[in-house]
Amino acid sequence: MPKIEIDANRCKACYLCVSVCPKKCLGKSKTISKKGYFPAVQERPQDCIGCKMCYVMCPDVAITVLKD
Amino acid sequence: MSTILAKKPNALTDVPMHYCPGCGHGIVHRLIAETLEELGVADRAIGVAPVGCAVFADSYFACDCVQGAHGRGPAIATGIKRSKPQAIVFSYQGDGDLASIGMAEIVHAAVRNENITVIFINNAIYGMTGGQMAPTTLVGQVATTAPKGRDPKLQGWPINMCEMLAQITGSKFLARGAVDTPQNVLKTKQYLKKAFENQVNNVGFSMVEVISQCPTNWHADVQQALEFVRTKMMPQYPLGVFKDKGAE
Amino acid sequence: MTQKTLRKGNEALAEGAIRAGVRFFAGYPITPQNEVPEYMSAHIADAGGAFVQAESELAAINMVYGAAATGTRAMTSSSSPGISLKQEGITYCASADLPCLIVNVMRGGPGLGSIAGAQGDYFQATRGGGNGDYHIFVLAPNSVEELGNFPKLAFDLAEKYRMPAMILADGILGQMMESMSFNFDPVDPNKLGKFDWAVDIHKNGRAKNNVFSYKGDNLIADVVERAKRYGLIEQTEQRFEERNCEDADVILVAYGLSSRACLEAVNHAREQGLKVGLFRPITLWPFPQKRLAELAKTAKAILVVEQSLGQLVQDVKLAVGDKCPVGLNAYPAGGQPDGAQILAAVKSLLTGQKEGLFTLQDHAAGFTYHCTRDLKLGVQGDRKGETK
Repeated sequence: MPKIEIDANRCKACYLCVSVCPKKCLGKSKTISKKGYFPAVQERPQDCIGCKMCYVMCPDVAITVLKD
Repeated sequence: MSTILAKKPNALTDVPMHYCPGCGHGIVHRLIAETLEELGVADRAIGVAPVGCAVFADSYFACDCVQGAHGRGPAIATGIKRSKPQAIVFSYQGDGDLASIGMAEIVHAAVRNENITVIFINNAIYGMTGGQMAPTTLVGQVATTAPKGRDPKLQGWPINMCEMLAQITGSKFLARGAVDTPQNVLKTKQYLKKAFENQVNNVGFSMVEVISQCPTNWHADVQQALEFVRTKMMPQYPLGVFKDKGAE
Repeated sequence: MTQKTLRKGNEALAEGAIRAGVRFFAGYPITPQNEVPEYMSAHIADAGGAFVQAESELAAINMVYGAAATGTRAMTSSSSPGISLKQEGITYCASADLPCLIVNVMRGGPGLGSIAGAQGDYFQATRGGGNGDYHIFVLAPNSVEELGNFPKLAFDLAEKYRMPAMILADGILGQMMESMSFNFDPVDPNKLGKFDWAVDIHKNGRAKNNVFSYKGDNLIADVVERAKRYGLIEQTEQRFEERNCEDADVILVAYGLSSRACLEAVNHAREQGLKVGLFRPITLWPFPQKRLAELAKTAKAILVVEQSLGQLVQDVKLAVGDKCPVGLNAYPAGGQPDGAQILAAVKSLLTGQKEGLFTLQDHAAGFTYHCTRDLKLGVQGDRKGETK
């Protein structure tokens, strides 16, 4: 089952990943990161299909896509 | 045990990038790193970082890098490539760098068919210095040195580098991509792959122009910036391959 | 040591550079240095090197920046207005601690000036020339033999201290032919070893190398470290030549071409029983001030002979201080000194004529301007010349 990991220390909260996710499973964190951003989070990991669109768009190379 | 489907390429260092949120530079950095790895040349790459927003690019690429003067990337890359012909040398430049102060260097690197790869980030603005008018600024686009918008009567028209360099016999591959959608990002990567393959195969001078969003200096949020890329930039700077000449 | 051969200055320099291991040359045409790129274009490839005729002097020096970053012995040459254009790249090379060689075959200036040999770029060479706090080695040959042999010395110094070096010649030295020989064995660049800082095809386990100019937070530490290196160089690398200085009443100070006219003046003076000597700086930076300061203790006066408008004299004054009076015999903007003119200036200095302290020769127009400015008081004030 695919899932993603977002490095909160790299994420700058541009949410390009959120906007391109075809399954709309990404959202915005409620907690502030060390950098001072509300990083992107995978809100509904169960919907993730591992398409890597989030990784492709991430300007900060903060996303790792995995498959169990 | 999980399998990794996609992660930060090893051809990038772990140093977090300093670019503004939503900026296209980071995407292009990653595409270059992926391309170098996929072509198996990451070990012999040497990058040239510019002056401008990407001035710290030398700390993001894991290969050896040289950071040089504004506009002189193609000249510096020439010196490196001629001294180390086995190296895969790329010059990473912005629009003010490449299309204004470095116009002579890019044109003559193409004229000489220098076997280098140039990555040209066109966001129609001077980013690092705070939003001044670039040679590629669109007609009517507001900049800090064009406060009423670029007026052709005073400041002329934007310059299309791919179309211009295509006229030069020595240029071998010229393409323009964008990083506004996953589809365009992947297309841009194909262009980069071709541009680096050309160097590996000694085809010669190759350049990929990338239309990139600059939310900060366009005074837009990220989605508005993407909209600007699609509705304003692309009509002036159409995407596609402008020249593709194989080895002769 | 090779056999003596007759060579043109610029060609001796180019051949000497190839023998010194130079394997990258980028240049742009400008008189009177064109024989250097011409010679390189014909010969450097045979030695396994690369020649690029650049689109501009700016591009040429930046190509050198890139080539030098790989650890390759790289050089460029030009003449005065072209060297002005190269200053951007020179300060970048200095900031990135890159050894490389820049040759200036000087011509008359300012501006486009003339193509006559001159020495008007002394300040530009010895004060850095580009922006920021830095120095480069400046070597001043006065013969075709030295032109041919200095590239080796320049690279030995540049690489030892990781900084650019300049050979400061002039149009006459570059264009004239003399018998010369090379006093060193040709350098095989493949046997020079690798620098641990150079960019290269890497990944044999070493960390990545960056050659960069932007220093951000590290700038102060960086400049201070460089200043310590400069201090060491000033202590250990001063080079000069002395002729008849030990007992001299008047010591002529001149570098490059004008030192040859001075030598003629020294010989004539000695024939006439006048105790005149010559002190010739070979490194203009670091300026050979230690020995000059010693000599100034016993000399009655020093006369600086330069083909510029009072540039070298400032370094001489700094070295000599109040130990003895310093006069200036200047031939700016392409004027060429000869022994008789210099000897006349020496004589007026010895007979105590104050105006002899600053003479400005315009020999093309047949004028000699005797300026009343007393250099002991410094160099301020308007130049109020009276024509004689």
